[in-house]
Amino acid sequence: MTDVAIAGTGLHPFGRFEGTTVTEMGVSAVRAALADAGDPDFQAAFCATVYSGVAAGHKVLGALGRTGMPIVNVEAGCASGGAALMLATGAIRARQYDTALVFGMEKMPKGIIRSSFFEPWREQAGLAATPAYFALRAQRLMRESGVTKEQLADVVVKNRTNGLENPNAMFRKPTSAEEVLASRLVCEPLHLHMLCSPNEGAAAVVVRRADLAPGAPEVAAAALRSHLPGSVLGEATPLSGVDDDDITPPSTLAAEAALSEAGITPDDLDLVECQDTDAAREVLAYEELGLCAHGEGARLVADGTTWPTGSLPVNVSGGLLSKGEPLGASALGQIVELADQLRERAGPRQVDGARVGMAHTVGRGANASVVVVTR
Amino acid sequence: MHAPPVHDGLFDEDEHGNPYLRGGRCGACGRLQFPLATTCPACGSGQIEEVRLAAHGTLWGWTAVTAPPPGYLGDVPFGFGVVELDDGLRVITRIEEPDPAGLELGMPMQLALVELAHSGPDREVAASPVTTYTFVPVGAT
Repeated sequence: MTDVAIAGTGLHPFGRFEGTTVTEMGVSAVRAALADAGDPDFQAAFCATVYSGVAAGHKVLGALGRTGMPIVNVEAGCASGGAALMLATGAIRARQYDTALVFGMEKMPKGIIRSSFFEPWREQAGLAATPAYFALRAQRLMRESGVTKEQLADVVVKNRTNGLENPNAMFRKPTSAEEVLASRLVCEPLHLHMLCSPNEGAAAVVVRRADLAPGAPEVAAAALRSHLPGSVLGEATPLSGVDDDDITPPSTLAAEAALSEAGITPDDLDLVECQDTDAAREVLAYEELGLCAHGEGARLVADGTTWPTGSLPVNVSGGLLSKGEPLGASALGQIVELADQLRERAGPRQVDGARVGMAHTVGRGANASVVVVTR
Repeated sequence: MHAPPVHDGLFDEDEHGNPYLRGGRCGACGRLQFPLATTCPACGSGQIEEVRLAAHGTLWGWTAVTAPPPGYLGDVPFGFGVVELDDGLRVITRIEEPDPAGLELGMPMQLALVELAHSGPDREVAASPVTTYTFVPVGAT
């Protein structure tokens, strides 16, 4: 099978950029990625976005005069970027294209994300309160895995400390567990600083047949999965469900597929970028991705394993808790970070000797993506 | 007597005036569902028989919503959680206890209907009151 390389990456910082359009942010990231890759021709483009409207990717490439090839706009919630990368990787492996451009961008409103996902009555009844679903998932994790609120605060401290070193992050101020727990209670047990902010930004990746980009990091796996029916607290957010102890969550389905595709086990990973939409979601990801046994997620934070100096750093970029979450760009932002780490150009965030990285996103749909990048 | 339902088909009242949720049972796989739909979300079958779901259950998960979510017609804070009905289905619901410390795992819960009418001037939507379903801790006054 044809190997797929990440020939170049580009990023528009994540944050708030009044006066900058979503198209302009996409242009910025795409330009940077193409320049980083040596400005190759590409035969297809996949654009990840959720809220940017009709033909959003066409507008970006139209602004650059780079059209004519197929341009496919991809929506898979928080995993949109992972979905776009899966499509591009698969097409190159199948030798449909030599080179493909994958990019994602978003310009989100402030506050709770209003989504056409929910029917109007569900909003009116108060049953579309997204942070409340995060809170119910967090409460269950605390109950079943013995996670404390203080440990949730420590996840925020870890990621915000990591974010201090990331010039493309939105929040770059040090914080403490006390400060996190003193922030406004949004939905017990989640305080404001335990939740990521929807924001704005763009990311782009040029993927090529590996023989056209010798020495570049490779996409060893790009898996996307949806939910199995029945879990009332799953990201599909149904109004009812059944006992789900035997229902495999989509993040686990995607992780198992990606690890198998890459021919590795979690022990082979040098670093992970995972979905920290809220602090509990990161700990849940440890368990769902198989980074630890079920019920042991809290240990990985408490014993330092997932801090930058630990054996498996998680979210050295600062995660969504530092960067914010521009939906269509967030998954590809993780890939940009992993590629920088594997190319040893991550500056003060560099994980020594990083050779195998995993990126994970999960969200509405439900959709979960897991990407493995190696060098 | 009640304000109109927030949505048709979610709930009704029996001959004694007691509310129940309108659910469905799949004729092919037996799975219960809520809300009542034309297909089974577990197996895809179209053989759905309407059933009255149990109006009583136990609390399985809970939190409180402290800021009004988009489009919401009622006041905050309000309780929000999952009740495991006596017939086994877990249902996402409003809960008539806005203080999470006043609730505990496994406590008995009873279905009720509640009228939502926003009372603040700072709300995004101005709309007529609506009736929706909720669960009340049994023994609460």
